Amino acid sequence: MLSFILRRLLVAVPTLFLVSILVFGLLKLLPGDPALALAGQEPSPEIVEAIRVKYGLDQPVPVQYVRWLGGIVQGDFGTSIRTRLPIGETILQRLPVTMQLAFQAMLIALLIGIPAGVFAAIKRGTPVDWMVSTIGLGGLSIPSFWLGIMLILLFAVSLGWLPSGGYVGFFQSPIDNLRYTLMPSLVLGTAAAAIVMRHTRSSMIAVLRQDYVRTARAKGLKERIVVTRHALRNGLIPVVTTSTLHLGELLSGAVLTEQVFGIPGFGKMIVDGVFSRDYAVVQAVVLVSAAIFILLSLIADIAYVILSPRLRS
Amino acid sequence: MSDATATPLAAPRGGNRPSALRRALGHPSTMIGLCIVVFFSLVAIFAPWLAPYDPNVSDWLSIRQAPSALHWFGTDDLGRDVLSRVIFGARASLAAGLIAVTIAIALGLPLGLIAGYFGGVLDMVISRFTDALLAVPFLVLAIALAAFLGPSLENAMIAIGVSAMPIFIRLTRGQVLSIKNEDYVTAVRALGVRDRSIIASHILPNILAPVVVQATITMAVAVLAEASLAFLGLGQRPPAPSWGSMLDIARQFLTEAPWMAVWPGLAIIAIVLGFNLLGDGLNDTLNPHGEGD
Repeated sequence: MLSFILRRLLVAVPTLFLVSILVFGLLKLLPGDPALALAGQEPSPEIVEAIRVKYGLDQPVPVQYVRWLGGIVQGDFGTSIRTRLPIGETILQRLPVTMQLAFQAMLIALLIGIPAGVFAAIKRGTPVDWMVSTIGLGGLSIPSFWLGIMLILLFAVSLGWLPSGGYVGFFQSPIDNLRYTLMPSLVLGTAAAAIVMRHTRSSMIAVLRQDYVRTARAKGLKERIVVTRHALRNGLIPVVTTSTLHLGELLSGAVLTEQVFGIPGFGKMIVDGVFSRDYAVVQAVVLVSAAIFILLSLIADIAYVILSPRLRS
Repeated sequence: MSDATATPLAAPRGGNRPSALRRALGHPSTMIGLCIVVFFSLVAIFAPWLAPYDPNVSDWLSIRQAPSALHWFGTDDLGRDVLSRVIFGARASLAAGLIAVTIAIALGLPLGLIAGYFGGVLDMVISRFTDALLAVPFLVLAIALAAFLGPSLENAMIAIGVSAMPIFIRLTRGQVLSIKNEDYVTAVRALGVRDRSIIASHILPNILAPVVVQATITMAVAVLAEASLAFLGLGQRPPAPSWGSMLDIARQFLTEAPWMAVWPGLAIIAIVLGFNLLGDGLNDTLNPHGEGD
């Protein structure tokens, strides 16, 4: 197991290194002078030059890259030109907000997706299966920002049950935190539920064809017992791993959801960075997103090996 | 982004293609999806004849009017007919989907072919590059690229196309690896046929089925991504109609004019569902091993 983790780490580190080159390269391809952007409005040439020297922008590009990467390794992502705050600190403040949304969304997705997927697999080939699968495809086809707008219209504007936007920290008020994060989590969870449902369905169909399931049925066990005690245990292994991977995708979905609900999370950082031309922030968000995704794939692979008895041995 | 799991058609060139096509068209998901996609394509092509009003002309006396006999979908904050804007918006969505997927295939297919067929250092470099791109969440990459390129529909298409490219590299490479040592490929190689001819005549035709399935699924993803970028102000520039930007504006008038938000959203759902159904149906028919899974 240890050698497996080490081998996977050996693949993950160069991938992250390549992402860093791509992200840094993107900024360098940009037209415009970052020193000029940092200097504010109508700066004197001396100020621009001083900034260029201060941030090492007068150095050759490879030197700049090594310095930038060296800073990131030590947790220094640079300073935001909009907020003038260290980007690393802002990420640390905002990441838990998005992670909370992602975990709540995944909980909703698992609660809806697994039973629906199992049900569709049991009823495979019947109109019920077709209906559940089409509803699943529908879930995948709804733009998250539109669903967010519709939920605001219903629960905030028409019924007045939930706030239309904003955020309250969990430790400030757990009840308010839930009120503010319920709709965004539902929005994020809808597409995720559709994905979990599809994975559960195909995994369960494969498992229900296995010999040991046939044997369990031949022993005269009730279908409910066959499905819940025998098939589900193995059928859910790929679902656990794909759900872990999908947590990374939820970061992507959070960009739009946080924008619609005005939540100061990690996803909204990239949008704010884009509109204030704060490219250091954009770089940092892309890089951290990739790092999280790589970490989650590592966890998913390890979970798969641990959960799958055949691979474990 | 999900990826196609279809395996190449078993027989080389021309083998069972007509029956595969017939089977695909006989699948209910494929047919329903195809009907939806054809419907929206016709709406986009014939938009100038179908739209009751000019989508960009404001009528200051009809600002934010609810749906009525004169304006079936109501009017927006500038008094423009929402139905006409939804009809013309189909053009931006379909064009974005089509061009983005074309870019993704044009870049991804050759790179995947080279990596899979030639292997070695080229494969290693292309595969690591693909891994790096796939590590960045699709929409985050598309937003970053669109921001770097500047907000416009054309740049959004490029950003989405480049973001979708790695999935085609990985898919093509995998497919090439699975068939490059098949007997019929080994035989033509032994006859001294050049690599370029082997790729064009024997490899490419046999990996097209999963690429077509993936292209259909990616169309759905690309249309959603274009709407998302437009919603964030990184796509089609106003006043040209785009479903995503219409939703962005509608968000500001939710209490006064909720209809502004309903129709563009339903249009996005319908077209994305159409491509998803088409992709699912094609995957079921062209993937004999996973049939229906």
